Amino acid sequence: MSLFEREPVETSPKVSDEVRKTTCYMCACRCGINVHLRDNKVRYIEGNRDHPVNKGVLCAKGSAGIMQHYSPARLRKPLKRVGPRGKGEFQEIEWDEALGLATSWLKDIRESDPKRLAFFTGRDQSQSLTGFWAQAYGTPNYAAHGGFCSVNMAAAGIYTMGGAFWEFGQPDWERSKMFMIFGVAEDHDSNPIKMGLSRLKERGAKIVGVNPVRTGYNAIADEWVGITPGTDGLFILALIHELLRAGKVDLDYLIRYTNAPWLVIRDPDANDHGLFARNEDGEALVWDRASNSCVSHKQSGVKPSLKGEVTLPDGRKAVPSFELLAEKYLDGAYAPDAVTEQTGVPAAQIKRLAAELARTAFEEEIVIEQPWTDMKGERHEQMIGRPVAFHAMRGISAHSNGFQTCRSLHLLQILLGSIECPGGFRFKPPYPKPMEAHPKPHAEYAANSPLPGPHLGYPRGPEDLAINEDGSCKRIDKAFSWDAPMSVHGMMHMVISNAYAGDPYPVDVLFMYMANMSWNSSMNSRGVMEMLEAKDDNGEYVIPKIIYSDAYSSEMVAYADLVLPDTTYLERHDCISLLDRPICEPDAAADSIRWPVVEPDRDVRGFQSVMIDLGARLGLPGFVNEDGSAKFSDYADYIVNHERKPGIGPLSGWRGENADEAGRGKPNPDQLKRYIENGGFWIEHIPAEAQYFKHANAGYQDWAVGMGFYDAPQPVIFQLYLEPLRKFQLTAEGKADQKPPEHLKARIRDCFDPLPIWYAPFEGEQIDEAEYPLHAITQRPAAMYHSWGSQNAWLRQIHGTNPMYVPGEVCDAQGLEDGDWAWVISHHGRIKVPVMRMDAVNAKTLWTWNAIGKRGGAWGLSSDAPEAKKGFLLNHLIHELLPAKGDGMRWSNSDPITGQAAWYDLRVRVEKAEPGDELSEPRVEAQKGPAQPGPSELRYGKEWTK
Amino acid sequence: MTTLPAQTDKSLGLVIDLDVCVGCHACVVNCKEWNTGGYGAPLSDQNPYGADPVGSWLNRIHTFEVDASQGGGCSGSEAQILADGKDTRVVHFPKSCLHCEDAPCVTVCPTGASYKRSEDGIVLVNEDWCIGCGLCAWSCPYGAREMDAAEGVMKKCTLCVDRIYNENLPEEDREPACVRTCPANARHFGDFSDPNSNVSVMVAERGGMDLMPEQGTKPVNKYLPPRPKTSPVQSAPSDLVALAEPEAKGFLGWLDAALEKMG
Repeated sequence: MSLFEREPVETSPKVSDEVRKTTCYMCACRCGINVHLRDNKVRYIEGNRDHPVNKGVLCAKGSAGIMQHYSPARLRKPLKRVGPRGKGEFQEIEWDEALGLATSWLKDIRESDPKRLAFFTGRDQSQSLTGFWAQAYGTPNYAAHGGFCSVNMAAAGIYTMGGAFWEFGQPDWERSKMFMIFGVAEDHDSNPIKMGLSRLKERGAKIVGVNPVRTGYNAIADEWVGITPGTDGLFILALIHELLRAGKVDLDYLIRYTNAPWLVIRDPDANDHGLFARNEDGEALVWDRASNSCVSHKQSGVKPSLKGEVTLPDGRKAVPSFELLAEKYLDGAYAPDAVTEQTGVPAAQIKRLAAELARTAFEEEIVIEQPWTDMKGERHEQMIGRPVAFHAMRGISAHSNGFQTCRSLHLLQILLGSIECPGGFRFKPPYPKPMEAHPKPHAEYAANSPLPGPHLGYPRGPEDLAINEDGSCKRIDKAFSWDAPMSVHGMMHMVISNAYAGDPYPVDVLFMYMANMSWNSSMNSRGVMEMLEAKDDNGEYVIPKIIYSDAYSSEMVAYADLVLPDTTYLERHDCISLLDRPICEPDAAADSIRWPVVEPDRDVRGFQSVMIDLGARLGLPGFVNEDGSAKFSDYADYIVNHERKPGIGPLSGWRGENADEAGRGKPNPDQLKRYIENGGFWIEHIPAEAQYFKHANAGYQDWAVGMGFYDAPQPVIFQLYLEPLRKFQLTAEGKADQKPPEHLKARIRDCFDPLPIWYAPFEGEQIDEAEYPLHAITQRPAAMYHSWGSQNAWLRQIHGTNPMYVPGEVCDAQGLEDGDWAWVISHHGRIKVPVMRMDAVNAKTLWTWNAIGKRGGAWGLSSDAPEAKKGFLLNHLIHELLPAKGDGMRWSNSDPITGQAAWYDLRVRVEKAEPGDELSEPRVEAQKGPAQPGPSELRYGKEWTK
Repeated sequence: MTTLPAQTDKSLGLVIDLDVCVGCHACVVNCKEWNTGGYGAPLSDQNPYGADPVGSWLNRIHTFEVDASQGGGCSGSEAQILADGKDTRVVHFPKSCLHCEDAPCVTVCPTGASYKRSEDGIVLVNEDWCIGCGLCAWSCPYGAREMDAAEGVMKKCTLCVDRIYNENLPEEDREPACVRTCPANARHFGDFSDPNSNVSVMVAERGGMDLMPEQGTKPVNKYLPPRPKTSPVQSAPSDLVALAEPEAKGFLGWLDAALEKMG
């Protein structure tokens, strides 16, 4: 070959020595990944084509896994704090010392007063273990992060129809003809939503994005509804108003599958006014038009009435709940013209969208020639579908009216007959699961004893609250109290402020996992830092001991007294369990594992294995054998051998002695091996006759029992009128044994309406509109997940700073131009931010990317990193309490029903800042680590290139 | 100066569908992770954990706003304009080398390092010959080439030449990393010289476009414009209620009749 001849390109170079298949953890989506290894290093990560969640694709975060795995921010060894809290000064210690210390702290408390441990986990995908551990320990104080994430969505879904979006169900991407997506930027289910939107577009379906900001999914929507934050519920109820006025609701569906015909007692002076009339067996009654009598709703062959006052067997009056529903939403208050100003949505657009929904649902109905049998034994020759589907997430739920807003959306879906039908919304097993199939909350603690049941559950009424006889709260976060009776995911965002205040009581140990509470996961971040640093008169920390587990050098690590270093996601065992938050598809049950595809090169341990070790050291039931020895060697051992009840364990696949049982079966010692051979997951398809109408499909219910989701069929009757809410209302009306505190009565009466309502977000009601005329919200970027992403050498090049996007009209009014700096001011604080103009946004809404701002010195970044200099958090503007309203009290800035943190209620004004140092404010002094910044240059993969 | 082949046997390239690209950066990052350990020198990163982190990428996404009611390259949405009086829209625009037929980056190269393959039309840089002069990057009207600061050689999209023929990969994976990973199925790979190929058909059906055709570079890659936004459903009335029965007797009256009809 001459000097002037090119060498042929090597078109078949070696790719890797081995491919190991596991589950991604770069966000909460839980996609399957193929990890290519070469020379014992990660060469390449791609999506697993066979995997039910992502079917081969992989997002930006997942593709940047290499940089996460090799991040210089990784913790290397257990740490004991040596400097003051918050400084980030630590001494490395051995695991024996770390676990000994943790055990001694925890043992003392368990033997004396277990509630003095507050154990809360953040982005935890092992809640079935952490919850089980906390229950065995016996503290009432356990929850994960749902309370500040999206509990309104989950709770409204379970209470209304037995499941919500994402893990609970998804649109029928293959059959929907009209799709509306509310309040979703990039969020949970990120790859499936992108795949689904693409499928909808291929088929010519119409996509409507409802979001104050027209980015991402909304940017490709056919139509964008640039709604004002916090008014989605009003917009939805106006759609319902239009549908009802036009008679465009699916009456057959409502009669068959909902409580629309159930009779509501009309006896204003009685203690059961507004509850359902029931027979001796507790079964709700309906009025049968055929026999002109009250019969159980369970009886087959009846023709229930949907309107008209009837006389109950006891002589009292009652009406079908549907009549109450119709009266409520036909009211002029919900007319499109009446809601336009508040929602920012033109009346003509609301009317047209209602008409398009109705046309698509009822005139483009889908028929699948698939016979099935319902729970009353009636055989249906076909599956009839209403091809309108919806999806929603945090944007509608993180408001003080979020629970009722999420309920409103479900009401709309159900009125259109589009739940669990072809083309509509489809549940994923083990959902739907009605409220009655979920546990009640438990908080009855005693020294040296496990809690009698799981911490988190679904209260049926005021009798299930976690309060003492004197009305004080049993839980540190005040979950399941009058403050937030249906706080089914707990209220992690209140733990630190309550522990600091000693209200309802102080704690000794705060134990947290993967929750960046001193930074982007708290409201009022500065205040939280001060609470964690606060000392009492004796010079002791007010929150005496903090144990924290994380894989990375986060802001929260700096506040821990004892740091338990976790592994990266490629170094660990995990199970994505049906006992927890599974990865099922509408057509199939599925679960999956993580396993150590690379071995740690540091002295770190998977957090779950550490919990199992601590459980054994503490002698917790379920974690020790009868002789007191450890029951499980590590998490992998637990995943295979733990049984929640006989035959039911963390993983459903390859159970039994012959590894041929699904769902139920004895532990199989080779189970993990079988998962690994199958690509890290297990999937079992639902029979064809059971794939739709799961809530009322006998075939599905039998299959579900066989799989072990529950021990008897759990059909769901959709609860349009939600009786548990009415039970709380009755307490406020003085018609119940339980008495809410006087100051909460009005709120419970007004907000706990058994039919979905809209009320103005609390913060907006308590500030002066003229002083804070604007809204400010965050969106999660598609290429970054929470604080995890910004240590990532590749992702931080995409999102290293976060401008405040300001509507053009506001820019013009304030004289703001791109590159200017501005003060954004709320009732609670002020932040200085860089400005960028934007027009494709609601005219009253500022927005920025979520969790880009970093504390200097955290996450293994240098202290002059742009994330620390220019990046900022809105959290400094948001307080966990509402502004004072002169009643001597500070009300919680959360949903009064579920306690969900009302992040998106924030109201602000914006003012141009004087030219200056171009640094965001507030400034927080840099922490010292513990991790130190990485190299000044990367040439990743150099050894594999020529 | 380097010459271009008179013609190529195949004309491999990408179709990028702007109708479904949500700007998620999956293609951008997956490209980086494949290629940093793949063809030629790694894609280095300077200051990866400090101020101003910056590195070499072969594919980037540009995001900008347009007012589609004023044209702006998108057909405005009738529904949107009806609702808002305007149609301000965010466009996500992925951009990598377009493997032009008339590639100025090739003809400008003083060493012959930059060349277009006669067998498949892929434009490549032979890094051994690259002297890092940067002329090719200057000549590219699309800004699709990046000089690697650590290695001093020009980096660009190779159309994953080390994947698409790679016998060490399963056949279904022999496509560029960006195509394989795209969650929205917005990227497609194929041979534009074959009028029946997937990409040629797509371009014909959807009105695929050249990027900046006035530059005369004859790019092989094509962009599919956003589909016309679904108009308001024509057969749906703009006001449901005005046409509906209940208005006369009220909703509860309608309910009686409707239940009666159901039997």
